[in-house]
Amino acid sequence: MKYEPVIGLEVHVQLATQSKLFCACASEFGAEPNKNTCPVCLGLPGSLPVLNEAALRLAVKAGLALNCEIAERLKFDRKNYFYPDLPKAYQISQYDMPVNNKGELVIEVPDGKGGAAEKKVGITRAHLEEDAGKLLHEGIQDGSLVDYNRAGVPLLEIVSEPDLRSPEEAYEYLISLKAILQYLEVSDCDMEKGSLRCDANVSLRPEGESKLGTKTEIKNLNSFRAVQKALQYEINRQKDLLENKERIIQETRLWNEAKGQTFTMRSKEEAHDYRYFPEPDLVPFTIQKDTVEAIRKTLPELPVARERRLKQDFQLSAYDAHVIVSDKKLADYFEACLREKVNPKLVSNWILNELLALLNQNKTTIDRSPVEPHHMAGLIRLIENNTISGKIAKEVLPLMFETGQSADTIVQEKGMSQVTDAGEIEAIADKVIAANEKSVSDFKAGKKAALGFLVGQIMKESKGKANPKIVNEILTKKLQ
Amino acid sequence: MSEFLYQLTLKEAIDVARRDGNHNIIAALKDRIQLFNPKINAFLRTDQSRLLEPVGETMSDLAGVPVAVKDNICVRGWETACASNILKGYIPPYDATVIQKLSDAGAAIMGQCNMDEFAFGSSSETSAYGPVRNPWDLERVPGGSSGGSAAAVAADMALAALGSDTGGSIRQPAAMCGVVGLKPTYGRVSRYGLIAFGSSFDQIGPITKTVEDAALLLRVMAGHDPKDSTSANEAVPDYMQPLKRDIRGLKIGLPKEYFVEGMDPEVEKSVRDAAGVFKKLGAEIKEVSLPHTEYAVAVYYIVAVAEASSNLGRFDGVEYGLRSPAKDLREMYQETRDAGFGEEAKRRILLGTFVLSSGYYDAYYLKGQKVRSLVRKDFDDVFRSVDLIMCPTSPTPAFKIGEKIEDPLAMYLSDIYTIPANLAGVPAISIPCGFTKANLPVGLQLMARPFGEETIFQAAYAFEQEVEVYKKKPHL
Repeated sequence: MKYEPVIGLEVHVQLATQSKLFCACASEFGAEPNKNTCPVCLGLPGSLPVLNEAALRLAVKAGLALNCEIAERLKFDRKNYFYPDLPKAYQISQYDMPVNNKGELVIEVPDGKGGAAEKKVGITRAHLEEDAGKLLHEGIQDGSLVDYNRAGVPLLEIVSEPDLRSPEEAYEYLISLKAILQYLEVSDCDMEKGSLRCDANVSLRPEGESKLGTKTEIKNLNSFRAVQKALQYEINRQKDLLENKERIIQETRLWNEAKGQTFTMRSKEEAHDYRYFPEPDLVPFTIQKDTVEAIRKTLPELPVARERRLKQDFQLSAYDAHVIVSDKKLADYFEACLREKVNPKLVSNWILNELLALLNQNKTTIDRSPVEPHHMAGLIRLIENNTISGKIAKEVLPLMFETGQSADTIVQEKGMSQVTDAGEIEAIADKVIAANEKSVSDFKAGKKAALGFLVGQIMKESKGKANPKIVNEILTKKLQ
Repeated sequence: MSEFLYQLTLKEAIDVARRDGNHNIIAALKDRIQLFNPKINAFLRTDQSRLLEPVGETMSDLAGVPVAVKDNICVRGWETACASNILKGYIPPYDATVIQKLSDAGAAIMGQCNMDEFAFGSSSETSAYGPVRNPWDLERVPGGSSGGSAAAVAADMALAALGSDTGGSIRQPAAMCGVVGLKPTYGRVSRYGLIAFGSSFDQIGPITKTVEDAALLLRVMAGHDPKDSTSANEAVPDYMQPLKRDIRGLKIGLPKEYFVEGMDPEVEKSVRDAAGVFKKLGAEIKEVSLPHTEYAVAVYYIVAVAEASSNLGRFDGVEYGLRSPAKDLREMYQETRDAGFGEEAKRRILLGTFVLSSGYYDAYYLKGQKVRSLVRKDFDDVFRSVDLIMCPTSPTPAFKIGEKIEDPLAMYLSDIYTIPANLAGVPAISIPCGFTKANLPVGLQLMARPFGEETIFQAAYAFEQEVEVYKKKPHL
């Protein structure tokens, strides 16, 4: 039997506010333990929460970008459970009246004909809640320590409908969601800092069946690739069970990256009863329509629109445009290069193929690139006006990366500019023709490949500086 | 004016302090506490440094006179334990907003008063530090949960004290100790720094010797607090002004549902007599109906304990307070909470946890909230035709220590007349209105519309000046 996977994702992002959700403590990452705390976020007896309106505005902004209905009436609830990282023994969250309801996110999926199609993924809800602290176990004998710096940091939990049908779609959803949130500057979505976290729900059902199968929830997913891998593992595991006529147990499972497997964490029976009830310390309130409209006006161009514009204005391929816009900083870099009026296709190739590789090797990111956009454009311009060949450019770029100098400076200092003087190239061509009689006769006998060899020899002779186009022209003429 | 400084009212003490400084007043009270606190157990701690500081300017509103506080209101640097073992040794790093306001107005904070553990009780017997005794009869309870505050004021060990009221915890002990106790409108006084019991009910209020003192303190304590989202953004009137007004034409309602079986006949007589006094002063008395009264206690013990069960989750041995030794986390929670909480606290945590549990929420908590809005509507309706509601504060005078502690239901019913005001969020005062033959004080309760504290002070003051019951003191 063929099975169809049904996947839904729960994504938590930390909102990029200066202060925490219910107090004025800084929400910065990486401070000395328990530095950013006060009676409120420590849950000291008698303290009370006061909502940070900046967090609410970011939540509404995200909701609008995800085409959600923004709730008019807002309320918070308490989710009660005991854990040392939760100072009040309840988390202030939103249970039945989330700020954002019923939205959608458009992702690109393969259309089955080698192209791409758009797919709408439903967003069930996106609600505000506070983060918990962090337990520290490492290097501590006899117990654990708690760092409450993170306690009370605002989170937006974005819950998708079970609309995803493959691990690849789940991956694409995450990429698109992250891009939108980064464009909005709602969150930095940095998984390494924990500012984006994802849990995945997955079940299988026979193809054509509309009823949902029993699902499992996967936690401890530390990268988008881990989400994809864990889902694939879980789909295979569930498929094996179903094929062996075994029952799938509704449970929460943990992904073990090193083993590449999921393991039972707790069953449905062991699940917490969170005893949700309305938070009496925060009175329900109304969000004014004007406020929502004012926030709507601050929405920037979003990835889908930007992708459309890049394809239209710069004739980028769908693939290139998609990759570029999926990272706001990458797209910003790309557009900064284009302000220098250079060939968009060349820019996109050089960024995607060469610059990203250098950035990866050096473990840095596009916004910290030592090659500034106008220097990148300068390199492209040297290629465009034949000052250097692509091959030389590949030597120039790492030097630019290393020194932060412009392409012009490097090419000049190292004497790397291209030979475009036909006379000079003709002289080298004659020399090469004389030295490679066999190849010349092969070519004349119809072996086209021999031309390539001769071009290569000329390039070598010129130390790579001869303009390949002119070399080709001259050689073809001479061999006729 | 009284012959001893400890007998002064707050108002009188301010005048004395303006003239002579606050030191003699403080010394007189300290002597008084030393003499009588061992018998009454109203104070848990009195040897606090802030008392010794020359607090405030003598020209400030409160001129450095001392005010006592209930042990559930955080005072920076002082142990604040809610009379519980689980918070023993806990020292808050911040002042409750009311403490800050009182300090800013020039009050000295003097000592912390005993109470029912976490304000769970109506007799002040559930304290981990032993029961408080009623100054009028040491074999009897002072009421609760602010029993320490009320007993301290009644015994002239404090000029005035702060209490907190979730279901009657200011008014019922005020009635049983023969002093004045005001529960303000929900949202009138900031709850920031009040260790929460039932967050949607709790209010801090004054317990004083006179109505005037209550008005004076409320004027200092009331007002919007940006740290408490439930505090009202409502202007604070000068509560001393209404004291000058007569009450001719004021309409006062007697709810018929309150005068039913279970009410002590002597209590009933005192209250009926009080109605006569109001009539004589020109008020109009009429019978009114609060039809959902019979559900009030039940609803209260669902909603308030639900909130309490969540509010008390934080006492888990992790950050502060008691931590019992244990081999793992689960055991630490269990042992700590088992050793730290008393019987009544455990009963309410269990009840509250139960009513919020999945599968029971709709039947209890949700239904409770619906009934609560019906109770609130009862008051809205009645306040269309009257300015005040008048009734006994407590169905009985002070009962014997031990009499009800084994019978939670009987204990819960002693708040039958005070709980509705908390459900509805309306302001209510208890003032002394007479004595039983056994010389036990009887309290009269007056309730008003939300933010109608002025009307309460106006009527309460007129009554008090007419009958002068407050002048009678217990023989210690």
